[in-house]
Amino acid sequence: MISMKNVYKKYPNGIVAANGINVEIKQGEFVYVVGPSGAGKSTFIKMMYREERPTSGDLIVNGINMAKLQSKRVPYLRRQIGVVFQDFKLLPRLNVYENVAFALEVIEETPKVIRKRVMEVLDLVGLKHKARMFPTELSGGEQQRVSIARSIVNVPKVVIADEPTGNLDPETSWDIMNLFEEINRRGTTIVMATHNKEIVNTMRHRVIAVEGGLIVRDEHGGEYGYES
Amino acid sequence: MKARTLSRHFRESFKSLARNSWMTFASASAVTVTLLLVGVFVMIMMNLNKVADDLEKDVEIKVLVELTADEAMIAQLDEKINAVEGVGSVVYSTKEAELEDLIKDFGKNMGLSEQNNPLRAAFYVKATDPLDTEAVAKKINRIENVYSVEYGEMQIKKLFSFLDLSRNVGLGLILALLFTAMFLISNTIRITIVARGREIEIMKLVGATNWFVRIPFILEGMWIGILGAILPMTLVSVLYYNLFNAAQPYLKGEMFELLPLTPFLYQVNGLILVMGIFIGVWGSFMSVRKFLRV
Repeated sequence: MISMKNVYKKYPNGIVAANGINVEIKQGEFVYVVGPSGAGKSTFIKMMYREERPTSGDLIVNGINMAKLQSKRVPYLRRQIGVVFQDFKLLPRLNVYENVAFALEVIEETPKVIRKRVMEVLDLVGLKHKARMFPTELSGGEQQRVSIARSIVNVPKVVIADEPTGNLDPETSWDIMNLFEEINRRGTTIVMATHNKEIVNTMRHRVIAVEGGLIVRDEHGGEYGYES
Repeated sequence: MKARTLSRHFRESFKSLARNSWMTFASASAVTVTLLLVGVFVMIMMNLNKVADDLEKDVEIKVLVELTADEAMIAQLDEKINAVEGVGSVVYSTKEAELEDLIKDFGKNMGLSEQNNPLRAAFYVKATDPLDTEAVAKKINRIENVYSVEYGEMQIKKLFSFLDLSRNVGLGLILALLFTAMFLISNTIRITIVARGREIEIMKLVGATNWFVRIPFILEGMWIGILGAILPMTLVSVLYYNLFNAAQPYLKGEMFELLPLTPFLYQVNGLILVMGIFIGVWGSFMSVRKFLRV
């Protein structure tokens, strides 16, 4: 599913955020990416949906080599993966329904299919009744649900989440995590960067710890391992 | 691209116009002001050109024939003038005809009559290219039996250089105006888009291609251009219509005329519309460009 071989990333300002990363993630896995701030966690995640490009090495997602992917092919890659962000990244001028539908309009889906799929995923995240509301009228947790609905609406094989609970209170965070569990149960691979010790230690999954641009720990059912 | 995607882009562009009504108004106003200036200017320039052309066409050389020349010599002279390089048309006028013209212009009470005709027979010569008038006149002057040539030397030179100058200055001004307009509109549209830079970023992260993001903005620019062109088109039409109708009676029989309404108004309005669309589309295109690198 996802495979990194000697991935090296150096930013123009000289900071090395990935210093030869090797990792394999299989279809259907649930992976936490943990580590202190500035350790390369974000870069690790961002390279997977090609917001950042590896300086050298191979990074293969769903059979596509990101290091060699042409810029104009990037949109097509992003349609095969769902991305969830800490700050939700919803389109402020569109309502809940339109935000989710956007991911399908982009792939030129028929209106009939769009309607059906959007209502399905809104039902899954429990926001069917708020389809006509705008993002500013929703709570943080609800906005994140919309963002999750958008990420899975075109049935991607993998969902990449960058600190999805970072802006949410603990209770809401558990709801969101349950949603990710449910999505994972349906067979979708999930890669999630997180700072939430409690969640990692309770909902046990594979843990990849990144420090200084290297993977320092990789264990199934591991613990968070840092004092938060 | 599928038809439904295109119709989606159209819907989006209208939605965006409506949701950003103030920015739409500001951009369209900027287009309006510029196109109005350009329109009036083009109107003046095209008419000035017409006047210049008319005047140029009217420039002729009057070749006066020696009094001693008999009919055979005049026929020979006619041939020789026709043979001069650059000569377009030659019209012969006998001394009697010349007298008639003079009497027509000034009346009979000048004591002129057929018996007492001091005038000379004349050839009226036009050069194929009005700008060659001077050279042609000089060549004709050297031919036998030519008494003298008249062509208003200094006046012609001044007229031609004035017309040339005004044409170039006008063209330069129109170009400068267009350039300013594009900057103005590009900036106005950019302000709306800066606010939407984040939206563009999100669209791209969800997998929208550059064209998918761009097309609604470009269509929006096109609508702004069309909206902005409506007022200038109307004003220029009304203005020229009235001007033409007011000026036409006075210009009848003069050496020059204004451009007739029918092809001219279509041309000017077409030009304004096309320029409006071009400015709007170009402005949007340039402004979106920098936000597409996500």
